[in-house]
Amino acid sequence: MKREILDRLLAAKADAIPAALVTDLNSGLQTLVFEDTVHGSFGLEPDLLDEVRRRIRQDRSGLLVDPQDEDGFRLFVHVHNPAMRLLIVGAVHIAQALAPVAALTGYDVTVIDPRGAFATEARFPGVKLNHLWPDEALAELKPDVRTAVVTLTHDPKLDDPALIAALRSPAFYVGALGSKRTHALRLDRLRDEGLSEAEVKRIRGPVGLSIGAVTPAEIAIAIMGQITCVRRGENHPC
Amino acid sequence: MNDTLMADNIVEQAAAWRTAGRRVALATVVSTWGSSPRPVGSQMAVDDRGSMAGSVSGGCIESAVAHEAAKTMEDGEPRLLSFGITNEMAWEVGLACGGQVQVYVEAVE
Repeated sequence: MKREILDRLLAAKADAIPAALVTDLNSGLQTLVFEDTVHGSFGLEPDLLDEVRRRIRQDRSGLLVDPQDEDGFRLFVHVHNPAMRLLIVGAVHIAQALAPVAALTGYDVTVIDPRGAFATEARFPGVKLNHLWPDEALAELKPDVRTAVVTLTHDPKLDDPALIAALRSPAFYVGALGSKRTHALRLDRLRDEGLSEAEVKRIRGPVGLSIGAVTPAEIAIAIMGQITCVRRGENHPC
Repeated sequence: MNDTLMADNIVEQAAAWRTAGRRVALATVVSTWGSSPRPVGSQMAVDDRGSMAGSVSGGCIESAVAHEAAKTMEDGEPRLLSFGITNEMAWEVGLACGGQVQVYVEAVE
């Protein structure tokens, strides 16, 4: 890999810009493809370029064979997308366990809590903190299809606005801490707020896989297990 | 926390070693068949001191890949390696973890 390509790729990753490194496996030449530009040692025909950009959107690395080319022209497309995100609402004890577990799993974590006594650097060393009200925070952070949202405060004043915003976003996972009874009451409130049955059914609650978790760390593992299952486990009950 | 456990930062590790003046090769899984343990795009960086970061399988072919990576560091030529139980190529390293995997090895300039 040429240094110029490497430096461009590292800069894109540092700035969370989606990119694909395309390698010609026959020659070793490489080209970097972005949403609107291309840099590197070879050009790509418009239809191949479209396919590479489709792969970026689908987050799907893999071989690309040009059927027009009898020489077995083979390209490898390596998609480098920004990290998946986890937005945790509530800088509570469980969040202190969930943030590092999620970071280890490769997620870019933000903890949201307007209560200054909870969301402190001392309690969350090295974690991104957001002190806005949860609905404002979500409006700013814009959950997308690569974002999971988990509410942990137990306080409807904080959890409900976050859930409403999350359910109206394309977030791939929305979970809420609370017992079955708490969760049933929560669903009633959200229906009263005008959310549809399909929308409230998206909430994973009580949050996490049912593994009998008790401690904050165990609950964090149950939640991260469920997020992983929703993301990867096509044929698994989550 | 060990940064190389975090997803997808092997390129950064390779660049850091290179910047420190070491010779570095980068191995990437480009295709898989069957139940190979690491998905396409998984990477391992190797330097000329034998340091390794990341993985391209569940631990069964990393040594063989590191051996080929040393050759790539030496001659600068990329290599496309194939591993698998039913593979008829020169490689005789059965993939104990199952499945088949192709690994592309390149030098980091």
